[in-house]
Amino acid sequence: MLKIEDLVVEVEGQTVLNRINLEIPAGETHILFGPNGSGKSTLMMTIMGFSGYRVTQGRIYYKDQDITHIPIHERARLGIGVAFQRPPAISGLKTRDMVSLCGGQRDVDVEGLAKKADFERFLERDLNLNFSGGEIKRSEMLQLLAQAPELVLLDEPESGVDLENVVLLGDIINELLERGVRYPKNPDASPHRRKGTKSALVITHTGHILDYITAEKGHVLYDGVLCCARNAREILKWIREYGYEECFRCAS
Amino acid sequence: MRKLDRENNSDMQDNSEKKYRDSADPHKYLEQLSNVDPEEAKQWLNIGVDVSEENRAGTFIQKDCSVVHSGCKDQQVEIMGISDALKTHEWLSDYVWRLISPDKDEFTKMAQEMPHEGYFIRSYPGAKVEDPVQSCLYISEEGLSQHVHNIVIAEEDSEMHIITGCATAPHLRTGLHVGISEFYVKKNATLHFTMIHHWGDEIEVRPRSVIHVEDGGTVVSNYISLRPVGSLQMYPVTYLEGKDSVARFNSILVAPPGCELDVGSKVVLSQPGARAEIISRAITTGGTIIARGEMDGKVEGVKGHLECKGLILKDGIMHAIPELMGRVPGIDMSHEAAVGKIDQKEIEYLMARGLDEETAVSTIVRGFLSVDIEGLPPGLAEEIDRVVGETQHDAM
Repeated sequence: MLKIEDLVVEVEGQTVLNRINLEIPAGETHILFGPNGSGKSTLMMTIMGFSGYRVTQGRIYYKDQDITHIPIHERARLGIGVAFQRPPAISGLKTRDMVSLCGGQRDVDVEGLAKKADFERFLERDLNLNFSGGEIKRSEMLQLLAQAPELVLLDEPESGVDLENVVLLGDIINELLERGVRYPKNPDASPHRRKGTKSALVITHTGHILDYITAEKGHVLYDGVLCCARNAREILKWIREYGYEECFRCAS
Repeated sequence: MRKLDRENNSDMQDNSEKKYRDSADPHKYLEQLSNVDPEEAKQWLNIGVDVSEENRAGTFIQKDCSVVHSGCKDQQVEIMGISDALKTHEWLSDYVWRLISPDKDEFTKMAQEMPHEGYFIRSYPGAKVEDPVQSCLYISEEGLSQHVHNIVIAEEDSEMHIITGCATAPHLRTGLHVGISEFYVKKNATLHFTMIHHWGDEIEVRPRSVIHVEDGGTVVSNYISLRPVGSLQMYPVTYLEGKDSVARFNSILVAPPGCELDVGSKVVLSQPGARAEIISRAITTGGTIIARGEMDGKVEGVKGHLECKGLILKDGIMHAIPELMGRVPGIDMSHEAAVGKIDQKEIEYLMARGLDEETAVSTIVRGFLSVDIEGLPPGLAEEIDRVVGETQHDAM
């Protein structure tokens, strides 16, 4: 689904990501661990194609297509969706209208999706304007539900969110990725659903989100270098036990 | 004449050198609005004036110096030319030049010395006028100096919405419009006033308005200027002289190249419980905009908020001047002003949801301009969309 080869990225003339190699096969969720400032968000912004993140070396492929230099909206239309940690507010743009826009050509059941994200009360509000931390997350998730991307990039989905909201966010992420077990909500669903083809890259530095979602693999980004790739829970255990620095030392 | 930004508009001529004509050939009164020239009717729709009179309580139309139509469908409101009104109501003379002095400036003087009609609109006490009343002030003759004097009275406990559109014929290059407007909002009355301007490239516009609000009265004023105008300068003053009186001002301004807008409003809060809000959204696509706002809090227990936001898409000058004056403790007034360009982050955020750059920019601009305007005429929402579509090219 996503393949990153030997990627070097500069921000304001400084190398922030150094020779990153990463592959996320279809249907897999990968977790990206790393301390603050290690380059996690930079990687996400580069995958999405934001300005200010200059690729000086390497390639990004999505479904075997080289997307290294195509515009942001084309990446979105190919099926990449991102939930931002701190999205800008757009005054005068109603959240309802934004959710509709996210559907592109498709008709979006705005009310239905908003119900899932517990966001019906905010549909008439200006997008992200004066939203709390938890509201921002739900707004982002609601937009992604409407966008229905095949590759989901989530930047610290659990940060600044209270416990109750984390459970809800976990549910939405699982729905987006067609994963998880939701036994009380849909008794007719087979407990062994066929494996979905949706993929995700989830950025976290605390790892709390792993209590609510499952992942195939974890990666550790330290000082712009991907230094370890193995079972996500195992990595989390190491980080919690020894800290990032030790994790990095072990790997190198 | 107020000096705008001369340095950047060296092609602007000095007003004193310009010679306007003070009179125009009279136009025939039209009993039936269906007799209006279809081309003109189409133009008026852009400024919210609908000659079909669908969903309108009444209509007043003035062309150059002549009243060409006035009448009302709703019996709770009266609407007529000011000279007829002065003949009908003896008491009305007390309301003329009461809030504004003819000596205020050269333009008020012109309106006193050479008056050319204007409208009188009044809602009766207790009236709830459901549909808006519409008025159209139109200039069709080249080089005319049009001086109108308008009186609006919302009697006690009444509610009324007025849509007033001012425009010039499409071929017109030069002209001057002076509009004196005195508004009286009586006890517990609510007046919505939406003014839409659509002038020509070199037209000069000098409205002079004062609003007086009594106890429990509310005035909501919306001003919209989206099209080129030579120079426009207005600074309506509202006196909240009643307890718990309210003033809300919204303006939406777009200044294309060569256009000078000096627009603002002042609210004087002089009774406890008076509240005011001034919101302005301005976009320059090459012109000069001075967006003013002033509040003067004279007694304890008044509240006000001022918001001036300006976007410079590529070129142009945006000067936001919010002013707050408090004369006693116990008042609560604040302001927020911002001038800049569209944040690249906002554009890219929308692009990450699949919108191309052009659509992202127009979505942001449309949002920026969409102050919640209560009762915006439907033709106007489309006009805003058209203008947003056109400003696109200036932004990219």
